[in-house]
Amino acid sequence: MSSRMQSPDASLSLASDAPDLETRRSFLGKSGLVLSGAAVALLAGRDVLAKGNRSAGSDVNVLNSALGAELEAIAAYQVGAESGLLQKPVLNLAVTFQGHHKEHADVLAKTIIKLGGQPVSAKEKYTFPVETLKTQSDVLRFAAMLEKGAVSAYLGAVPVFDNRDLAKAAASILGDEAMHWAILRNALGDAPVPAAFMS
Amino acid sequence: MSAAAVLAVVVGAAAAKGELTGDPKAGETIYARCFACHALAYNRTGPKHCGLLGRRAGSVAGFEYSTAMKRANWVWNQQTLDRFLADPLKTVPGTTMGYAGVKDRQERADLIAYIEQAGRSEVCRAR
Ligand SMILES: [Fe+2]
Repeated sequence: MSSRMQSPDASLSLASDAPDLETRRSFLGKSGLVLSGAAVALLAGRDVLAKGNRSAGSDVNVLNSALGAELEAIAAYQVGAESGLLQKPVLNLAVTFQGHHKEHADVLAKTIIKLGGQPVSAKEKYTFPVETLKTQSDVLRFAAMLEKGAVSAYLGAVPVFDNRDLAKAAASILGDEAMHWAILRNALGDAPVPAAFMS
Repeated sequence: MSAAAVLAVVVGAAAAKGELTGDPKAGETIYARCFACHALAYNRTGPKHCGLLGRRAGSVAGFEYSTAMKRANWVWNQQTLDRFLADPLKTVPGTTMGYAGVKDRQERADLIAYIEQAGRSEVCRAR
């Protein structure tokens, strides 16, 4: 087990059963994406539905809420990047983090489809408290608040997935969100990692 | 059973009915856990929280609820919120709030106290 944990392909080895491997390979080939271990674990979630497990519907619900939040985060970073308030190198951070959220959203949507669900679409319009965003610090503080919320949301999602591969993938995204939060705090001059635990 | 034990049972029963005193200040910190999906004054992935106490479940105009939440036949108060927040997916199977819950009773009481207080704040009165 411990040797598998160290491998970047850990999710693949956990998720793969021989009869299924070919299908997965052909899907990955078609997607044209370089998929991370987490992405592979997410896609593995479709096995649940194939087994006729009713809980897949609940997992789709959870994934769709995560997708909705990711899509909003993408829009939020767009507002931040276009605000003219962010200077390099902070602007670069915002663009990089937005890219991560796009990757999260992409793999969440694909997984929902694989589970037989219908992924939510981005809203035409999002509400952001733009009237309170006047400086770079305001934008960073707002982004940090959303990122911390994302950590909590994924933390709260991990135990509710019926499929443990999905729980693992959520934990993988959680780690990414925690890094976003810490780096934003650092950019603000706050203690980047203020506590030993997240809740 | 000793008097102390009887008292403990009685107190326990009272507390189980959600009669803990919530601290809104502590609740404000806990509310940060909701920020991925919720805001006080506007709908996001989840519905807004201004006006939550005393509102029918599933009733914010313009928010697209799950069928399960639309069918939830109650008004949000300390008791119903306490029950829901402890385990959203178990309390309302089919809710889109895919969140394990706030498991600590005192934290739930604090959180509810904050949402109640925030509902009387400037940000909520403006809407
Ligand atoms: Fe993030």
